[in-house]
Amino acid sequence: MAGQPILEIDSISKAFPGVLANDRVSFSVGAGEIHALLGENGAGKSTLVKIIYGVNHADSGSMRFLGRPYRPERPSEARSTGVGMVFQHFSLFDALTVAENVALGLEDGQPGTGLDQRIVEVARSYGLPLDPSRRIGTLSVGERQRVEIVRCLLQRPRLIIMDEPTSVLTPQEAGMLFATLRRIREEGCSILYISHKLEEIRALCERATVLRGGRVVASTDPRKETAKSLAEMMIGSALKAPARHETLTGASRLELNGLTLPSSHPFGVDLADISLEVRAGEIVGLAGVAGNGQDELMEALIGERRVAVPRAIVVDGVPIGHQGPSARRARGMAFVPEERLGHAAVPDMALTDNTILSAAERMRLIRGGLIDRTAAARFAGEIVSAFGVKTAGIEHQARSLSGGNLQKFVVGREVLQDPGVLIAAQPTWGVDAGAAAAIHQSLIDLAAKGAAILVISQDLDELMTICDRIAVIAGGRVSPARPTAKVSVEEIGLAMGGQSGAGVASGAGHA
Amino acid sequence: MLRLERRKEASRSMLYATPFLAVLLTMAAGIVLFALIGKDPLRAISIIFFQPLTSVYGVTELLVKATPLVLIAVGLSLGFRAGIWNIGAEGQYTMGALAGGAVALAFYDQPGLWLLPLMCVAGAAGGAAWAAIPAFLKTRFNANEILVSLMLTYVAGLILSVMVFGPLRDPEGLSFPESRLFHDSARLPVLISGTRAHVGILVALVAVLLTAFVLARHRFGLVIRVLGAAPAAARFAGFSETATVWTCLLVSGALSGLAGLFEASGTLGQLVPALPVGYGFTAIIVAFLGRLHPVGILAAGLLLGLTYIGGEGAQIAMSLPSAVTSVFQGMLLFFLLAMDVLVNYRIRLGSRPAAAIAAEAE
Repeated sequence: MAGQPILEIDSISKAFPGVLANDRVSFSVGAGEIHALLGENGAGKSTLVKIIYGVNHADSGSMRFLGRPYRPERPSEARSTGVGMVFQHFSLFDALTVAENVALGLEDGQPGTGLDQRIVEVARSYGLPLDPSRRIGTLSVGERQRVEIVRCLLQRPRLIIMDEPTSVLTPQEAGMLFATLRRIREEGCSILYISHKLEEIRALCERATVLRGGRVVASTDPRKETAKSLAEMMIGSALKAPARHETLTGASRLELNGLTLPSSHPFGVDLADISLEVRAGEIVGLAGVAGNGQDELMEALIGERRVAVPRAIVVDGVPIGHQGPSARRARGMAFVPEERLGHAAVPDMALTDNTILSAAERMRLIRGGLIDRTAAARFAGEIVSAFGVKTAGIEHQARSLSGGNLQKFVVGREVLQDPGVLIAAQPTWGVDAGAAAAIHQSLIDLAAKGAAILVISQDLDELMTICDRIAVIAGGRVSPARPTAKVSVEEIGLAMGGQSGAGVASGAGHA
Repeated sequence: MLRLERRKEASRSMLYATPFLAVLLTMAAGIVLFALIGKDPLRAISIIFFQPLTSVYGVTELLVKATPLVLIAVGLSLGFRAGIWNIGAEGQYTMGALAGGAVALAFYDQPGLWLLPLMCVAGAAGGAAWAAIPAFLKTRFNANEILVSLMLTYVAGLILSVMVFGPLRDPEGLSFPESRLFHDSARLPVLISGTRAHVGILVALVAVLLTAFVLARHRFGLVIRVLGAAPAAARFAGFSETATVWTCLLVSGALSGLAGLFEASGTLGQLVPALPVGYGFTAIIVAFLGRLHPVGILAAGLLLGLTYIGGEGAQIAMSLPSAVTSVFQGMLLFFLLAMDVLVNYRIRLGSRPAAAIAAEAE
């Protein structure tokens, strides 16, 4: 399939203060090829893609596009040359229609009947059903992504860059996307595909370039590799899978009994009659596409919003729905919110002070209203050494840590309090494979000590790896939890798409 | 081309250096300004910034001016750290003076040692009550405390006028809109005889030390920092926003009220319509110039006090316009805010500003 190269990259280097993001990177993307760009966070993928799309500029090296020298000054120049990009975070206006959004993105675009027709044609020919007159605010995440893709295709690009396109999709939606991408390839358009989901790269791509520390470390045919061998190329060492202990479930430690809570935001999700139980020694996963009530559930579980019915949340037999975060922590709960900067930690405060946020009660860091800084510093030091947090010192601000290191610090802060009930949202989001394995291991070890753990995550692989049982949250409702060994990714995927209950039973047939 | 590059971490040295830079830049701009209007710039700067320090009178007057500034600013700084913007300290100052002064006048014929403490309590309560209005409206209806507290300042000024024109007017004062002079036991004791330096100065010092302790060691100091820097993290930690809003507004209101009472009882000895002279607004500059830190506020309060005394001196000695004081105070705040960018950014000489900005934006 790969013929004359569309894009040739020759020895591109780019330095930022203190870090060499790209170090003499060379590779080429063939015509009609789906080319994977693989690497851990911080490997230099984003920088490289931004250089190709004209957002960043290389310090040295050169590129050729269709055989001609190519050095875009800005994204509009890249687009007019034939390079399109679909970003991970969509840039769409909720209050405008599909056609209006597309028109805004086109260089020469004026909304009109002609454009509507073109949108429908392009959408249909690539298997992307789309109604140009609908407002973005009413579309699902998958449909919004279609708008971005159609907008990109209308420019008739020769190369499309896709940055983690499936991270927001259910497995079924991802399947539809793959069919579209294959059709785009058949039209002769190349795709540069960034992802760290190795199975999908093996299914979709015929070549893969692996980056590590800013350099190309491997170039391979992913169809001939295993997910494990690809992962090891990315991290540069053998991957240690988290070791499971024999699960001995004990008494019920966390119970949700018909938890119902109307959303506090106009665009939020109402929690509807959620019931769930997590027993001692057990890790229960809650899968779901972002924006289906996870944030609202986390708010209610932490106690940031209290629930009028105390019995809606029961910890170790005690109703606590009406209590605030401090009282819940005193009961033995600990929480890892999804957003580490600004929610789990204060960016501008030292690590020492950040320990006090959630550990004041259980680690006795505040006594008689006075802060015990010595104890806080000791605890911060303990977290740093136990979780291998790379930092210049505990007196440094949280924002000076890399995402993965801060996540290790946040998880460590909660796990080392030895909680009876731990609730973690997206515990390994944006964390490299090594750190993710360490975090998973710490959760498994904590459960083995008799804690009940609830993991809320969009990463199905993560949940399948560490959880004993998995439930699905969709539209603010939670499906009954089922043993991980007895559910398939397809079933969970269907439930994530909103077909809970009945959908699970017939799931295999649909997939 | 110059360009700004975000620092990985806020620079501590810049945090402390920028107030001094701002003072230097203010002086430099003042020199240019005076030269433009044809006055001897060096003489003007020397009269404003150095002359007052050469006499006992100048120094004690400086302390008298700095006392309300420091008292108010210390209280405001607590809220400012938490992102609670009490801009109406001037009104709370007025209401504190009015409440405390009314107590002094009510017990005019019953002198006693208990009177001054009672006046102080009334003054603090008056200021706190005035600050309670924005606190209630913010916590109950989410009303913006900046607007509410600011507008209440003008209401407070009018209430003071009504009172000194009416019920509190001096019965023997020939219809002048002033209260009678407070009885001796309603006057704050003077520290140095022959000057106006009163014990309020010591109270301001105690407030500075107490606040410094609370900020460094007490839970409340952590709560306001977290609430100001990351409100979501404050909710995560279980810190109550409502309680913090109330505490910050009540404390700053009480300190402002106390400052107003000290001014009425210590400096003036009566209630007059012209009692509010803008200390409540200048204290905002003091709070920021002092980096919202009590010790910094002490230094900044003295500096701003200096611009009041020095400004008056310059008016008399060089017939400069009276606006010179406000111009200097405004420039100080302006340069400080401008310099603040250096705390989080460093200046680089770059050849491709557009690329750098694009990279920052991504």
